[in-house]
Amino acid sequence: MAKNDVKLLGVWASPFVMRARISLNIKSVNYEFLEETVGSKSELLLQSNPVHKKVPVLIHGDKPICESLVIVQYIDEVWTSGPSILSTDHYDRAIQRFWAAYLDDKWFPAMRRIRGAQGEERQELVDQVVEGLALLEEAFGKYSKGKAFFGGDQIGFIDIAFGSLLGWLRVTEKLGEVKLLDEAKTPGLVKWAESFCADTAVKSVMPETEKLIEFSKLLMAKMKGAPPPKN
Amino acid sequence: MAEEVLVFGAWGSPFSRRVEMALKLKGIEYKFIEEDLTNKSPSLLKYNPVHKKIPVLVHNGKPVAESLVILEYIDETWKDHPILPKDPYERANARFWAKFIDEKCLSAIFKACWGACWGEEKEHEKAEIEHEKAVKEVSELLQFLENELKEKRYFGGETVGLLDIAANTIGYWLGVFEEASGVELLTREKFPKLCNWANEFVCVTAIKENLPPRDKLIAYFRNRFGAGNASK
Repeated sequence: MAKNDVKLLGVWASPFVMRARISLNIKSVNYEFLEETVGSKSELLLQSNPVHKKVPVLIHGDKPICESLVIVQYIDEVWTSGPSILSTDHYDRAIQRFWAAYLDDKWFPAMRRIRGAQGEERQELVDQVVEGLALLEEAFGKYSKGKAFFGGDQIGFIDIAFGSLLGWLRVTEKLGEVKLLDEAKTPGLVKWAESFCADTAVKSVMPETEKLIEFSKLLMAKMKGAPPPKN
Repeated sequence: MAEEVLVFGAWGSPFSRRVEMALKLKGIEYKFIEEDLTNKSPSLLKYNPVHKKIPVLVHNGKPVAESLVILEYIDETWKDHPILPKDPYERANARFWAKFIDEKCLSAIFKACWGACWGEEKEHEKAEIEHEKAVKEVSELLQFLENELKEKRYFGGETVGLLDIAANTIGYWLGVFEEASGVELLTREKFPKLCNWANEFVCVTAIKENLPPRDKLIAYFRNRFGAGNASK
């Protein structure tokens, strides 16, 4: 297929965009990455995602697909010659979808709020996130069956859903001065995170933590109305 | 081995009713276990330790949780009367809108219906402004669904699909919330297609048989959230 048959609207810092990019990489799909300018939304974005006006948006031919997990499943269903992202077993697929939903509906929203929270609220959020990691550690033990990933030998749906959030997890740890992914408590996940970040489908699209930290500081400053820090 | 299908749910929950609707559509026999949400059973806690919520489908001892995940599992397990199309783009579309309904619509609807009496007492004027904002938001969200319906009989086309089932909150529960709170949201004048769809939806046998009694539901929500924004 011609390269410009597949376009992806995104921003480098977004974990949700990363999910789409990893999936396209797994399937060896050539695509054009259209980087949105932070702080403004292109006409193309507004047209192709009028409901949410957010990235990522996959544009295949002239058809837009929105919402990262919907995009990942779409990619898996269209490019069937590449390795499978979701399991072929329908029960396992249900488990994978369950955990991806958990990450997006409960775990990530709690983690995002840690930095802006204080006192008791902050502690509650940290506890929630750490509890969630314990659950994910257990799930990892169960589903990886001794292999490197939730998906076994290869990166699968849960790996993509969770691994894409690692960058922001590290930012929260550094700037929030809190340890979340602990080798003592979640050794499986610590090792998994290394394997995930080293994978060829992931390496080229995982933003550097330092860059994310700078970006995060800029965002926080903007939100508070302060002038951005001088580089 | 005989197949065993259990559904843990609650009579008034649109989420557990979704599961029953899908099973009924496909003609699957199942045992329904009514949960008292104020006193959850050890079985529920065992089958859904992460969220401790209904619905949970247990198929031959294996639990599946989260209503939209369950719907897809049901469709992939029992092939009669498919509720998701085969085409990947149309599947993506159905998934997108189902998520839209769960993530955006319900909370906006609740806010519009019961925002003023939700939580602490607010000053009357401030509550009014927030109420108007919430009603406007619901209107915008419903407009998206109205547009998505186009000239189709159902969201799924000629037959009821996953998105129709997911939209049960709009097709039935919304009317109940409106009556319980006195707030008008889904008007025929603004949303003729959606209203037509809702009428068709509740007439489908597998759906009709799974709707909780309207009066009972209205009374339940009136009790729980109060009689709405009528001036006190």
